[in-house]
Amino acid sequence: MDPVRTDGGGVAADPWQGFTGSCWQDAIDVRDFIQANVTPYTEDAAFLVGPTERTRALWSQLTAMFGEERSRGVYDVDARTPASITSHAPGYIDRERELITGLQTDAPLRRAIMPNGGLRMVENGLAAYGYHLDPAVREIFTRYRKTHNAGVFDAYPADVLAARRAHVITGLPDAYGRGRIIGDYRRVPLYGVGRLIAAKQAEKAALDARPSTAEVIRDREELAEQIRALGELAEMAASYGHDVTRPAATAREAIQWLYLAYLAAVKEQNGAAMSLGRTSTFLDIYLERDLREGRLTETEAQELIDDFIIKLRIVRFLRTPEYDQLFSGDPTWVTETIGGIGRDGRPLVTRTSFRYLQTLYNLGSAPEPNLTVLWSPTLPEGFKRFCAQVSIDTSSIQYESDDLLRARWGDDTAIACCVSAMEVGRQMQFFGARVNLAKTLLYAINGGRDENSGAQVGPALPPLTGDVLDYAEVTARFDTMMDWLAKTYVDALNVIHYMHDKYAYERLEMALHDYGVLRTMACGIAGLSVAADSLAAIRYATVRPVRDDTGLIVDYRTEGVFPAYGNDDDRADEIAVWLVRTFMDKVRQHETYRGALHTQSVLTITSNVVYGKHTGNTPDGRRSGEPFAPGANPMNGRDRHGLVAAALSVAKLPYSHAEDGISLTESITPAALGRSRAERVGNLVGILDGYITCGGYHMNVNVLDRATLLDAMDHPERYPQLTIRVSGYAVNFVRLTREQQLDVVNRTFHESV
Amino acid sequence: MTMTACLLETPAAPAAPAGAVTGSVHSWDISTGVDGPGTRFVVFTGGCPLRCVYCHNPDTWFGRTAQRMSAADVLALAARYRRFIGAAGGGLTVSGGEPLLQPAFTRALLAGAKELGLHTALDTSGYLGARADDALLDATDLVLLDIKSFDPAIAQRVTGRGIAPTLAFARRLAARHQRVWVRFVLVPGWTDDPGNVAALARFTASLGNVERVDVLPFHQLGAAKYEALRLDYPCADVNPPTAEQIGRARAAFTAAGLHSV
Repeated sequence: MDPVRTDGGGVAADPWQGFTGSCWQDAIDVRDFIQANVTPYTEDAAFLVGPTERTRALWSQLTAMFGEERSRGVYDVDARTPASITSHAPGYIDRERELITGLQTDAPLRRAIMPNGGLRMVENGLAAYGYHLDPAVREIFTRYRKTHNAGVFDAYPADVLAARRAHVITGLPDAYGRGRIIGDYRRVPLYGVGRLIAAKQAEKAALDARPSTAEVIRDREELAEQIRALGELAEMAASYGHDVTRPAATAREAIQWLYLAYLAAVKEQNGAAMSLGRTSTFLDIYLERDLREGRLTETEAQELIDDFIIKLRIVRFLRTPEYDQLFSGDPTWVTETIGGIGRDGRPLVTRTSFRYLQTLYNLGSAPEPNLTVLWSPTLPEGFKRFCAQVSIDTSSIQYESDDLLRARWGDDTAIACCVSAMEVGRQMQFFGARVNLAKTLLYAINGGRDENSGAQVGPALPPLTGDVLDYAEVTARFDTMMDWLAKTYVDALNVIHYMHDKYAYERLEMALHDYGVLRTMACGIAGLSVAADSLAAIRYATVRPVRDDTGLIVDYRTEGVFPAYGNDDDRADEIAVWLVRTFMDKVRQHETYRGALHTQSVLTITSNVVYGKHTGNTPDGRRSGEPFAPGANPMNGRDRHGLVAAALSVAKLPYSHAEDGISLTESITPAALGRSRAERVGNLVGILDGYITCGGYHMNVNVLDRATLLDAMDHPERYPQLTIRVSGYAVNFVRLTREQQLDVVNRTFHESV
Repeated sequence: MTMTACLLETPAAPAAPAGAVTGSVHSWDISTGVDGPGTRFVVFTGGCPLRCVYCHNPDTWFGRTAQRMSAADVLALAARYRRFIGAAGGGLTVSGGEPLLQPAFTRALLAGAKELGLHTALDTSGYLGARADDALLDATDLVLLDIKSFDPAIAQRVTGRGIAPTLAFARRLAARHQRVWVRFVLVPGWTDDPGNVAALARFTASLGNVERVDVLPFHQLGAAKYEALRLDYPCADVNPPTAEQIGRARAAFTAAGLHSV
């Protein structure tokens, strides 16, 4: 089949034939196109079909390669060619069988090197897997061309370096791509690259009238880079035989064009999270048109989606084993946002929303793409039940509150990474990882000295002298320490994003944004439940510090009982709320690079294990080195009143002070959801409705037995596709380290009581 | 009823407002899909007249080890979850222990929950069914009736008490057209005699008001509690029923024309 042609045998004369609405025709406005043309689907999943033989064959060709990739760490790397949109010749899995084409390099699972973010990451990544960087490439990126990583370390102040070394500020994107930027990849099929270039040229020309200040010069240069990147996208697409300068005329072309746009981004940027956006309902408009006009059957429509999802499942980046250990496997965060309700009350659920979820059956469960459902109690019942069913069967979906997101960012909002919301094509974020609040509390107690090394990292405060920790005294010192932390943190982020814009600018992704984009400075906190429980212990029990011979407080004797965060007990929960508010208010006091809007997340990804490792004994009874709870979760085993009470504690955290998201991960045994399959589905729908109604923001849902996980630890070969949700994304359980597997197994599983 | 006369009951002054009634509460929880439909606030009352050999909550047997709470305080806790439960679907369940050991307290909880707009369920063995007055049952949307056995000899062996009061209560509920889910715990070697199961199925089907029968497979999750309480555990060596055994028991109820899960 000639990929350039429609199934009908020729390119349609008018690619917009049959579409209604006009605003989107006059200006670049994908949301308006969707609103004018969407066909909401309010029935159940009965129309869905299974995989075709072609799909099965293509997928098994790939799965045969996954075993080798898993055992070696990588399947293959091109260590010679710094990646760009056009750096590699076309690659195919199986040219005869593929419906949607395009790979990051010239072969499947062959990873590229992307030194713009940082050369060390590339060199270490290669060395770990037995490859060596081409000396010519090393020379270019040391002698002639600076990287983002090199720029950042030229400009970091001493305070930042100390805080970073002590692990009180962690995970900063200063050695690799920052990610969490979503290009509006839908613009390419809807408008064609030709029109998009013309629009960018007009934006740039409008700047000619403005005086050449530093800001204007930077904007002009960025727009020039964006235009260049769009041209390269067209060139790369042409190498696969596709003319993306014009709009897509069929559903197959629309999927292909959209994928090529996304592919251009992941060919050039190794961002921490390379999310896709909100594409299912957009593509549904094309699929509906072809189905209506008899150019496609349901089987063919599903087959195109299956093929597209296969491509998203094999996005790969070269990273170091340490990075993979921090993030539990090899995540790419190809997050796709599904569902939600429009501002006018119509559901944005379409048949293609179902088709995306159906890939978890047709291809088996998988962590990527990171399928994210925007949940509202007013979603159509059939869709809600299908989501719940897929969660119960695959543990591969996460849920975020459409009600909170729609009110704050509008109804064309997508999630980047795990919980970071942004209006597609109009908003981006400066990813800021997170600070360790639990460790900061220990700094407050120890007057800025690190509890492990004894080094003075934070501002020096006089040592605490009493035998019992006093709540008022500790919180006053904590407040001082958070002042220092917020200032040091924003300082670090400003340096990072200045340098990232300068040395590793996301040309293609930003070309698919409006000019005048809203930027957020996405700060984050880790160790919330440890800090809250520790403060609750100091306040409601008696906590006696234990000092070493240098006077450093290294342990605590806690007498009496104290309320723990996660039981819907206001005494503890109010402390957690106070922490979230207080730190956010402190962050807001500091000027941000490019005037970015301050936001914050309560999210750890899976680094809760590593943060715990670097944090000493805490007053809540947690031992030195023990993992934190993930995200905003209560500490493992301390939520004693079940899932609902725990979820309601988390729902108290104010979204207005955590606009980059609040992550809750829950593991439920099937039996705890009910006795029959239908009952379990209905009850999970109910739990999600209840959580969102009560103001909850995000829930990862795992429906698993602990026994299954223990068996998978002993017999990984039996569970190649076993997927579990961790903190805002999902992983292949068998790819986790043993330590991470144990952390998951030891988490609270809500069982029938 | 001579046997029950020796059981302690919480006396309630008839004039006291419902919320002021106090009772013995072992614990409370919010659970899903286990103690009635949907997500429910479940109050486990303390104390039980039966000593089922397989009981997985022997810590609820003794009212004296539970805490004393007023119905108003319990209802205030439940009210915190009204919004969640309202959206999720579900309600409030009084379970135990044996709630009908404290009928005034149980009645106050169920009536109070109705006032909160919650669906109500009563989880009982029915052994003390005679203590449930019509007002209590009027405030109950659904009775979860645990029938331990149909055969009186098996019931005596398994619970230490007779089964006649439970069957009488079941008939009374049928006469009232009360909604009922029957629960039957399948314990290999103790309750699984095919004749016993078939007879229970026939009896249950004859009532006409039983919407579903839950066949609950025996499990060993309670074993640690016996150890902690230093109690003899007669089922220490009993294996949970196999999927096939469970399927056979469910089939017996289905064959009688009942909906069994």
